[in-house]
Amino acid sequence: MIDARGYSCPMPVVMVQKAVKGKDPDTLEVVVDNQCSVENVTRFAKNSGYQVTVSDFEGDFKLVLKK
Amino acid sequence: MEKESFFKRYGLLIATGIVVGAAAVLLTAQGNPANMGFCIACFLRDIAGALNFQRAGFDAEVGTGIVQYLRPEIMGLVLGAALMAAVKKEFRPKGGSAPMARFLIAVFVMIGALVFLGCPLRMVIRIGGGDLNAVVGLVGFVIGILIGIAFLKRGFSLQRAYKQPLAEGLVFPGAMVALVILLAAAPAFIIFSKSGPGSQRAPWLLALVVALVVGALAQRSRLCMVGGIRDAVLFRDFRLVSAFIAIIVTVMVGNLLVGNGLTFSFTDQPVAHNEALWNLLGMVLVGWGSVLLGGCPLRQLILAGEGNTDSAITVTGFVVGAAVAHNFSLASSATGIGAGPVALAVACGFVVLAVISVMNLAKVEG
Repeated sequence: MIDARGYSCPMPVVMVQKAVKGKDPDTLEVVVDNQCSVENVTRFAKNSGYQVTVSDFEGDFKLVLKK
Repeated sequence: MEKESFFKRYGLLIATGIVVGAAAVLLTAQGNPANMGFCIACFLRDIAGALNFQRAGFDAEVGTGIVQYLRPEIMGLVLGAALMAAVKKEFRPKGGSAPMARFLIAVFVMIGALVFLGCPLRMVIRIGGGDLNAVVGLVGFVIGILIGIAFLKRGFSLQRAYKQPLAEGLVFPGAMVALVILLAAAPAFIIFSKSGPGSQRAPWLLALVVALVVGALAQRSRLCMVGGIRDAVLFRDFRLVSAFIAIIVTVMVGNLLVGNGLTFSFTDQPVAHNEALWNLLGMVLVGWGSVLLGGCPLRQLILAGEGNTDSAITVTGFVVGAAVAHNFSLASSATGIGAGPVALAVACGFVVLAVISVMNLAKVEG
C-alpha cells in the first residue's frame, strides 16, 4: 500500500506513477488525505487503464486501483 | 479505459480560466494598473507596502511610496477558497512539511517575480495583453519548471505534512479578515499610495467580491499556473494548461472589447521592462521554486485558505521577499531592472534552490 498522506500534489501521483511504471501491478492501494489528491490519482489511474474505487480510511481516503 | 467527456474534463477549468481572465480585464477597467487586473506577486508586494514593510519610490512631497495598498484581491482569494472548502468539507488544517525551506524558497520566488514584474498569473495576463516580454518570461518559467521536474523525478520531496488543530488552520484566513477590516477602516498607520501603481485601484468592494468568486472557483478547479505545465510534462495531463490558455484568450478578447486595443511588442508595455535576460532568469527562479513548493503563488493562497499552514508560511515568505526586493532595490520597474545587486540576489536564489533541491532528494516511499 502506498501511504501518500501528508503529501500534496503532485507527490501522490508521482508515487503512484513510480509504482505502476514498468511493473504494471493488477491492483494497488493508495491512501491520501485530501480530495485534490483523490481526483489527481484517480485521473492518472484511469488514464493508465485502472478502475478506481474510493473508500474511507481512518478519516482519510483509500483508493483501490484494479486493472 | 473509461473516457471522460470533454466538458467534464475541461469544463470547470476552462470556465475558471474565463472568469479569471474576465475578472482581470474588469478590474483593470475599474482602476487596477494595466495588465495587472490580477497579480499575486504585485498585490502581496502592495500589501507589504501598506504595512510599511517597504515604501519603494517614496516621494516626500506626496508622502507615500508607489506600491502600498491593502489589495482586497488577496484577501478575497483566500477567503473565497476558505468558504468553498468549508462548504465542501475540504477545510483540513495541515502543516509541518519543511516550513523553513518553503519560507526561504518563497522569498526567492518573490524576488524572481519582481525582477520579471509579475507572478505566473500576471505573466499570462501580460501575454494576453500583447506584452512579448512576458513570452520571454514564459520561456524562463518553463525552463524553471523543467529543472524542478528533474528533481521531482529523482525523488525530491519536502516530506509529509501532518494534521493540525482547527485553530492553527484558521490563523491565516483570520489574518485576511483582519486585513479586510483594516482596509475598510483605513486607519492612518496603514499606508495607501497616492501615486504610482499602488494608487491605481478598482473599488475595493468590487475587487473583494470578484476575488471571492475567483477564489471559490480556483479552489474547486485546483487552478495552478505551475501545475499546468508540470502535469503536462510529467503525466501528459493537459487539464490545467487548458485554464492557462483560457485566461490568455479571454484577456485578449476582453482587451479588444473594452477598447484597450492589442499591440504585440516588447516596448512600451505597461509596468514591464524589456531586459530579456532578467525577464528570463526571474521566471526561471519562479518556475523552479514553485515546483518545489508544489504550486504557483495563486495556488499557495488557495491552499492557505483550505487550512494548509505550509502554504500560509509560503505566502508570508512572499511578503517578506517583496519587502526585501524593494528595500534592496532588486525589483524592476518600467525603466528596467533595479539599481541594487540584482545579479547577486538572483544568483543567491539559484544557489538556495539548488541546495534545497539536492538536500531533499530523499527516496520516495512505495
